[in-house]
Amino acid sequence: MEILLAIIIGTLYASGIYMILRRSLVKLIIGIILLGNGANLLIFLLGRIAKGAPPIIPEESNVFLDAYSDPLPQALILTAIVISFGLQSFAIVLVKRAHKVVKTDDLDEMNATDEYS
Amino acid sequence: MLTAILSGFIFSVFLVFAGKFLKGKLAVLSALVPLALFVYFLSFLPQVAGGEVIRQEISWVPTLGLDLNFALDGLSLLFSLLITGIGFLVFAYTAEYLKEHDYLDRFYGYLGMFMGAMLGLVLSDNLLSMFIFWELTSISSFFLIGFNNTSEASRKSAVLALAITGSGGFLLLAGALLLGNVAGTFNISEMLALSPEIISSEYYIWIVILLFGAAFTKSAQFPFHFWLPGAMKAPTPVSTYLHSATMVKAGIYLLLRFTPVLGGEDIWNTTLISVGGITMFYAAVHTLFRTDLKGVLAYSTISVLGLLVFLIGLGTQYALTAAAVYIVVHALYKATLFLITGIIDHETGTRDVTRLSGLRKVMMPVAVAGFLAALSSAGMPPFVGFIGKDLVYESTLHMGSWSIFLTVLAIATNILVLYAGFVAGIKPFTGKLPNEHKKVHLPGMLMWLPPVILALLGIIIGIFPEIINDSIIAPVVNSVGLEGNEVHLKLWHGFNLVLGLSAITLAVGILLYVIFKPSAKKERGIARLDFIAPLTLITNFGHGFKVFSNWWTRIFQNGFLRNYVSTIILFLVVLVGYSLFSDQNEIPIDLSSFSRMTYYEMIIMGIMFLAILFVVGARSRLTAVVAMGVVGYAICLMFVIYSAPDLAMTQFSIDTLTVILFVLVLSSLPKYLSISDYRMKVVDGVLSISFGILITLISLEVLGEPVNKEISNFYADNAYVLAKGKNVVNVILVDFRGVDTLMEISVLTIAALGVFSLLKLRLRRDDRELKD
Amino acid sequence: MKTIIIRTASNYMLPLLLVFSVFILLRGHYLPGGGFVGGLIASIAFVLHAFANGLGDTRKLLHFHPGFLMPTGLALAFLSGISPLVFTGEPFMTGLWYPEHLPIVGNLGSALFFDIGVYLVVQGVTLTIIFTISEST
Repeated sequence: MEILLAIIIGTLYASGIYMILRRSLVKLIIGIILLGNGANLLIFLLGRIAKGAPPIIPEESNVFLDAYSDPLPQALILTAIVISFGLQSFAIVLVKRAHKVVKTDDLDEMNATDEYS
Repeated sequence: MLTAILSGFIFSVFLVFAGKFLKGKLAVLSALVPLALFVYFLSFLPQVAGGEVIRQEISWVPTLGLDLNFALDGLSLLFSLLITGIGFLVFAYTAEYLKEHDYLDRFYGYLGMFMGAMLGLVLSDNLLSMFIFWELTSISSFFLIGFNNTSEASRKSAVLALAITGSGGFLLLAGALLLGNVAGTFNISEMLALSPEIISSEYYIWIVILLFGAAFTKSAQFPFHFWLPGAMKAPTPVSTYLHSATMVKAGIYLLLRFTPVLGGEDIWNTTLISVGGITMFYAAVHTLFRTDLKGVLAYSTISVLGLLVFLIGLGTQYALTAAAVYIVVHALYKATLFLITGIIDHETGTRDVTRLSGLRKVMMPVAVAGFLAALSSAGMPPFVGFIGKDLVYESTLHMGSWSIFLTVLAIATNILVLYAGFVAGIKPFTGKLPNEHKKVHLPGMLMWLPPVILALLGIIIGIFPEIINDSIIAPVVNSVGLEGNEVHLKLWHGFNLVLGLSAITLAVGILLYVIFKPSAKKERGIARLDFIAPLTLITNFGHGFKVFSNWWTRIFQNGFLRNYVSTIILFLVVLVGYSLFSDQNEIPIDLSSFSRMTYYEMIIMGIMFLAILFVVGARSRLTAVVAMGVVGYAICLMFVIYSAPDLAMTQFSIDTLTVILFVLVLSSLPKYLSISDYRMKVVDGVLSISFGILITLISLEVLGEPVNKEISNFYADNAYVLAKGKNVVNVILVDFRGVDTLMEISVLTIAALGVFSLLKLRLRRDDRELKD
Repeated sequence: MKTIIIRTASNYMLPLLLVFSVFILLRGHYLPGGGFVGGLIASIAFVLHAFANGLGDTRKLLHFHPGFLMPTGLALAFLSGISPLVFTGEPFMTGLWYPEHLPIVGNLGSALFFDIGVYLVVQGVTLTIIFTISEST
């Protein structure tokens, strides 16, 4: 199963990069989101995956009795998911503003550092 | 001692606040600072003459070997006295010279800073703190050269001087680190005992090259000499203080200081003799072709610096004594000449020698000082210059097979230095007073007294050389590692070869002065050779470098986001791919360790794969957003399957919110354009697919490696025991790594504030602008 | 989207979802859940309400700007972090626990207040972003 997951991660990365390389602003955001998803899954996979063993200590015990999946990458990804929402919304708003101010959707036309007002 | 060094800095900081009150008549009070320091250092004279070394040690950054260790021995004392003594006269002189200047307080601030840095440099016993003070002198010199910051030439010279001496400082740092590593200590006094080990080390040659680089740039040796004539753009007190008496001698100080540690080897002596020899002769010839008084003095200073390097290179008892005497001699007469030049410039408004003559009629005391200094520089008995020159010849004559060549070189240089001294000290005062200078009058006493004092000291020490012999010169020679004190300074040695050589020098020099007249035409003549001058070469190199870096920057910083991203990705793919595949071992993919595939997992993967393709290929924004949502929910399902309930819940909510967000802004977002042409799509496609394959391969390879679960196990084992929680993920978030979470929610807040301000605040400003 | 069915449903959904989010928040220390998820669910509840009834109604319901939740939550999280410094002199972020066992919540400790802080911040952030964006379109 891991092999399929690895391929999906590769696909997410490839599509993310491809979308970032487009000239359209909206595609840039979608590319970033795809990359973020890929990164989350990558961390998840590299922490090793296990089925049916959530990292929750059974009610009757104070320590784990059986095998459990790794809680550390999960904690990392959880924060990453929430952060990426913040990033996405900020990027969306930025694109909106940029589009409104520069009046173009073409990234290639946004290559000057002069200030637009 | 630390207080003494810091007093310069404290003084300049004090001026920041009190500078306004220290203008006008009160300005002369600032000369009290160097005077007090001079007296302070003078009080150590008997102790140091007795062979004592006064130390003060303050631990600063002990882990780096960086301590504030100060040591006052003969060499340091000589320099300290020069710095504070001439400093006192220059401070007083400045009060009159820049009386009307708006930024007099600033000038004093820089001077004070420089004096502190220079004292720190010569008193440091730690190489690293010495480096710091070395750099401080470069920086304060930069401000002083560029003091007339409204003049472009002045700014350019300041930058040039900083560039040259700054790169020298860099070499010093490299050399100091290397030397410290080889010696195992950064304390110079400890290095003395380690001299044989350092010399036999394989890094010895590098240490010497680096230290030479530092000394030659600072002391304006050929081919780095050109910054010094440029630095003459500075006000004359600066030229006097920094560029003749103190700062340029820092390189000399460095060489003298390290003579007992690194000296005595062939490479040390030969390099110094040749560089010093070339410099002294080259610069001395240049003095013939200058008409600007300060230009003449600048080149003659370079020449004397070359002579000092040359003497250190000879390295004998006579030569080092000569060097020590010459430092004193040169400081006395060159400072005098510079101060006189300043007076002439100040009163007549010109420094062109061809237009100056007969000034003795209007400023007698200045003329007296000029005469005395010129005679001292000429080496006329009974001036101290005579003793210095005697010792030089004495040392070159003892150099075996090379003695004739070296002596002739020294004589030629001395003849030209004599000429320079006469041009600066005698020529402006003799002859007929031109009409344009009839109204010139003597400046205030503060200005003419310092050169007179210095010039008189030159003759007093010349007649009674014992004053400095045992108290200053002998301790200097001792501290550069030579025991005993065979050489006694004497004015009269009887009739011998040296006296004859002196007589020849005087006769030829005076003849040269009488026959050869400086003129603008000759100056233009030599300017034709400028195209091979080091200055031109360096300037051209700098220009070429600028063009190159512009070109280079434009290639990489071209403003196209796509190019940045594709460059980075391409580089990553090629580099990581190469290291992955050049490894002969096959990628260890252990299929048996992987979990079994079930059909529902395969269905989810399939859906996800299709959804990604939809996102990439979508022609409308809505399709792309919906497909994105599908990708997110598929990931959520995967979290459910692989036992991450918390992640699944979070992913689900976030995915929902993201879709909502997109739907909200979709209408105001730009249209979904497909601008790229087919070829570009193929190129990007290949690049991104190879990147994806790379990621897949890397993750498979990592999966084949053993995994370290120490941290995770600690968290899991202690979740209930230490934190009374059973959901380990949540325990990590709110307890074990709580600070991280705190930071994270702060970042989230910032993002929200960013969104808010981007939309609300800007819109309001736009409204305002619309109204205007 | 302002159909009567959704509007009516959302009026009942809002309190239900909010209670559910608090439930998720409180059980987070023992079972899946916690401040992040709880906050997100709560904000989904408000967003749903806004979709059905319009932004103005939701704002009226809230009485204050959701942005104020952010500093409140941050302050709560920070205070729970420094409470061990104040009360027992232990280092920053050391867990403090009330000795008795309480129903539903389980053990009461500083970590719970920290999680409530997270809950408030996440809610504030999400609502601020979505409200701001939907207002400006």
